[in-house]
Amino acid sequence: MAWMAWTPITAAFFSCIILMLIGMGVWQAVSPTVPRRGFLPLTTTRGDRLFISLLGAAYIHLGWLAFTDAALWIGSIIALVWLIIVMRWG
Amino acid sequence: MNKITNNKAWFLVLPVFFIVAISAIIPLMTVVNYSVQDIFDPQTRFFVGTEWFEQVLADRRLHDALIRQIVYTMSVLFIEVPLGIAVALTLPRNGWGVSASMVLLALPLLIPWNVVGTIWQIFGRADIGLGGYVINLMGIDYNYAQNPMDAWLTVLVMDVWHWTSLIVLLCYAGLRSIPDAYYQAAKIDGASRWAVFRFIQLPKMQSVLVIGVLLRFMDSFMIYTEPFVLTGGGPGNATTFLSQFLTRMAVGQFDLGPAAAFSLVYFLIILLVCWVFYTVVMNAGKQGEQ
Repeated sequence: MAWMAWTPITAAFFSCIILMLIGMGVWQAVSPTVPRRGFLPLTTTRGDRLFISLLGAAYIHLGWLAFTDAALWIGSIIALVWLIIVMRWG
Repeated sequence: MNKITNNKAWFLVLPVFFIVAISAIIPLMTVVNYSVQDIFDPQTRFFVGTEWFEQVLADRRLHDALIRQIVYTMSVLFIEVPLGIAVALTLPRNGWGVSASMVLLALPLLIPWNVVGTIWQIFGRADIGLGGYVINLMGIDYNYAQNPMDAWLTVLVMDVWHWTSLIVLLCYAGLRSIPDAYYQAAKIDGASRWAVFRFIQLPKMQSVLVIGVLLRFMDSFMIYTEPFVLTGGGPGNATTFLSQFLTRMAVGQFDLGPAAAFSLVYFLIILLVCWVFYTVVMNAGKQGEQ
């Protein structure tokens, strides 16, 4: 796997994503999702909301890097808050 | 609600999962790893954090290439989709004309991308190409190697020539699936030609059109070979689209880190646009059915 040029941070990042997917799979098996409509203008399942929040989180980070010089962890906290809001009320 | 009791069919998806993992997910993970490092060779690499992303997001040439790319893709979609629908509507429904038009329409799709570039490179030349010669004969000063606008139009026309057939064939398949009873009912109601198109043909073509537009969006947003062969990205940078810019960065200058960061930004743009488009169109269809 040396050719993949792993770093501890990217390994942690992908581990989080994989854990999230496994967690969602287990959650789905234990209590299947019911599509519902929150503040987002469409009916979403739990998986849809995770996708939307992860995509949003990626854009929040890109926007943070493009438009501010402030520390990135502030952007990460905003992205985390966004993730919680979408998963809970989206 | 019907509960699914047997999930064994999911095991049949495993081979596809492995193929996608090897061909897409693992390379994508590698790109993510590259994007946060300065790589000199496999053994010599340094972690640089988000430096490449900051550099790429502030790059003026990248912004220009992105704007060019968006204008190009929008032009392609605005020309190819209506044109494809119009051609599909005029195709014969039965008789020998069906096979003849299918073969003719499929021809451009069978030609490899680099050959398409070469065909148009020669076709557009004023000295040996038929197209370029005729246009110059009409008194229009046309030279795609020197004039940015000519180069731009040539690349656009080339794409329309190459890919409109795809939209036509998809729409035609959608149109063929409409039972005659719909048309008969419309006739009894005295529906106009426009009403038949708007309320029968267009909704029935919706699912194939979504696929067609998504394919054309992704393909034209990633276009590389044809402009590379035809104009080499020139004159100047007039037809340097995102993928060519990226290739120049990654393979030409061997800036693997910035190229990887840029690839991820590029990937996120395509992912977002495709998802928004797919969601909007699919939800519009659901509302129409209710």
